[in-house]
Amino acid sequence: MSENTNILVVGIGGQGVMTATEILAEAAIALGHDAKKTEVAGMAQRGGVVSSHLRFGQRVLSPQITPGTADVLLGFESAEAMRWQHMLRPGGITLMNTARLVPPVVELGLFDYPEDPLAEIKKCGNKVVAFDATSIAQGLGDIRLGNTVMLGAIADHLPFGAETLLDCVLKRFQRKGEKLVELNRRAFEAGRAAVGQAEAALA
Amino acid sequence: MAAVMPVPAASRVLMSGNEAVARAVWEAGVKVAAAYPGTPSTEMLEVISTYPDLYAEWSVNEKVSLEVAIGCAYAGSRAFCCMKHVGMNVASDALMTLTLTGVVGGLVIAIADDVGLSSSQNEQDSRYWGRFAHVPVLEPADSQEAYAMTLYGYALSEKLQVPVILRMTTRINHVKSLVTVGERGEHVGAGFTKEPARFVMVPGNAGKRIPLMFAREIKLRELAETSELNFIEDGPDKRVGFIASGPAYMHVKESFPNAPVLKLGFSSPVPFDKCRELAAMVDQVVVVEEVEPLVETELKAQGLKVIGKEILPLQGELSPNVLKPAIARLLGEPMPETTTFAPMQVFPRPPTMCVACPHLGVYYTLSQVRNLNISGDIGCYTLGAGHPWNALDTCVSMGASMGVALGMDKGRGEADKDKRIVAVIGDSTFLHMGMQGLLDMVYNKGNVTVLLLDNRAVGMTGGQNNPGNGYGIHGEEAPRIDFARLVSALGVKDERIHKVNPYELPVLFKTIRDEVKVPDVSVIITDQPCVLVKDYHKLKPFEVMDDKCTGCGNCIDVGCPAIHVTSRGKEVKPSGREVDLAFVRIETSVCTGCGLCVQPCAPKAIVHHMATSPINLVTKGCEA
Ligand code: SF4
Ligand code: SF4
Repeated sequence: MSENTNILVVGIGGQGVMTATEILAEAAIALGHDAKKTEVAGMAQRGGVVSSHLRFGQRVLSPQITPGTADVLLGFESAEAMRWQHMLRPGGITLMNTARLVPPVVELGLFDYPEDPLAEIKKCGNKVVAFDATSIAQGLGDIRLGNTVMLGAIADHLPFGAETLLDCVLKRFQRKGEKLVELNRRAFEAGRAAVGQAEAALA
Repeated sequence: MAAVMPVPAASRVLMSGNEAVARAVWEAGVKVAAAYPGTPSTEMLEVISTYPDLYAEWSVNEKVSLEVAIGCAYAGSRAFCCMKHVGMNVASDALMTLTLTGVVGGLVIAIADDVGLSSSQNEQDSRYWGRFAHVPVLEPADSQEAYAMTLYGYALSEKLQVPVILRMTTRINHVKSLVTVGERGEHVGAGFTKEPARFVMVPGNAGKRIPLMFAREIKLRELAETSELNFIEDGPDKRVGFIASGPAYMHVKESFPNAPVLKLGFSSPVPFDKCRELAAMVDQVVVVEEVEPLVETELKAQGLKVIGKEILPLQGELSPNVLKPAIARLLGEPMPETTTFAPMQVFPRPPTMCVACPHLGVYYTLSQVRNLNISGDIGCYTLGAGHPWNALDTCVSMGASMGVALGMDKGRGEADKDKRIVAVIGDSTFLHMGMQGLLDMVYNKGNVTVLLLDNRAVGMTGGQNNPGNGYGIHGEEAPRIDFARLVSALGVKDERIHKVNPYELPVLFKTIRDEVKVPDVSVIITDQPCVLVKDYHKLKPFEVMDDKCTGCGNCIDVGCPAIHVTSRGKEVKPSGREVDLAFVRIETSVCTGCGLCVQPCAPKAIVHHMATSPINLVTKGCEA
């Protein structure tokens, strides 16, 4: 059943991973797809690993993405993008935020944070595009825009146009005023541009 | 929580299983809905509470919630109750008698099984309650079915006057898929009819109800045989036919699109004839169920040749990548290639307590007091078992910290002769099941120091209200329990009851150290709100002065996630001992200024930012 599209969004509890996946699902539904969304998030996920699965297409059965079949991996954090590489299908792509969020077990010196997650991912032979979504969001004045930056980043890697996704993003902010809508539009476009540039540099 | 957007009838919406059940409960004209929060069931009642025209409550535990629902159903109106799997252990006392009286108004009990243990102390299969109590079990496989089966459940419940179990698992509760919704219907309650022979379950009356229960079971099996919720989907590949229920059905369809499948939606009592019908169509039958071999065992007892847990795991979630290799082995086929390489090794990232969590100070202090055996409980404070505190020695079930502590005290061996026993429990947990244990401890003259961590919320499940915080389910004002007076009423001596601020570490330390020495029951109440609730107020953030920080790392042991190590080093003490150094910074964008980490810092390197230094307001962080 490979006609379904499998998107895996990963990060840390509190980063807005689930919301981002939900917006992606809304976009797929807006275009008439069947869709299922699920996540693996234990203990209510205070600062723990979160992986959110989205599958859409004509008819989706199992909500979970089978390892080795994800088309796109959207990583909100470097080490998390690395942790989930085995989920990608051959030829799949990773879009990752280069931000490093260091957990307490690393602060305590019990484990090491990987020196260079990007290099580790490249070693797997998978295609990967890295960009600093957190700095982009900060540049726009609010760290919370990171979520929208990430959605902009995936916009050109979907089997449908970026416009539908942008519409779904902006719909969420309509009730909160024109200023927020505009900021999110800019965040979305900035994420989209960042990935575009990073890809051009790779080519 | 915010009110749900009104969704007009006939629209197709992306809903989680929990949201779908909530919608159906509302549409079914339910009058009373009750629950105690518990992952993955919580959102059912959270969403129900946002619908108008029905009564919703957070009960203090699952047994009470079921009893409230039973009262409503006896009164002739429709009732709903939901819980996580372990909650049914608590509610089962009421269930086992409810099955004898039956209901008047429809009653659906949704039980959410945490298959895969995302946040539970055990993994149990709630379908057993259906067998145990002889009540029907419906098992949805996605949100649309969860919605439809809830509505069907009310019809079935009223038709046979039987409570109905809607068995869900995490992959139904928390998976979002498309649902076509309907409109709210009116359900007119029949009213309560006095019928002591039915509703007063003294032995004489109860004994007469048991044959009725078994007669009902025969009718239920007939219904299951003909129910549209149990259907066979034929397929051209007859080598293996599958019997599956719940999410397992989806995994079977995904993995073996060409195989015949019997989908069980009305799965208890098992429709044996339907199963035989499938068996006649195929070479072999494989039963795919999460998690126990329940249907499998019943079919084998019927003399049907089926395969199940011989080839499938007895624990955790099933998925295509579990099913495919198992069936390939069964058929003697080469293993299908799924994953191209093994997962990379990355540090673990377990959940942690929040920045400035009032429990941080408690666990930090406990980790500093020697000679303690600490009995813990269910909730956020279970995280105290992890790094850096390692300050929790047991965790069994809700409220068990009290009894376990008394048992550790009374049953202490020679090695623990000088150990002090501490029990840790949260406010909501205490009200749920801890009170009885404390009463027992007082009555039996235990020597235990109880830490009652009142953070004014059911923290772990998202900060739901409870009688400890003075708010009702809709956030409205409600009577607030006074914990000091409550424990006093349970018999704890007033001089042994202390209220302390968990952010004042020296006071906390002294109180704990003093009380553990007293051979009596003491209760230390820490009273500061969870950082996630509206009563919590942020203060000015702190910063670390680089020139003053000696790298001792003391502040890291508090365990606040806002503290980060910037560099490490080593230092040789005059004694020749080598010590590790860790220099730190505080993430000012998330620090709430609680002042906890300031206290163990000897050189006073943690201060409020100075006017001269640039304020670093934006750093890497999380979305609120
Ligand atoms: S003052 Fe210290 S312990 Fe409190 S929130 Fe800030 S960094 Fe965390
Ligand atoms: S406790 Fe004070 S001196 Fe020690 S590492 Fe923390 S900030 Fe530096």
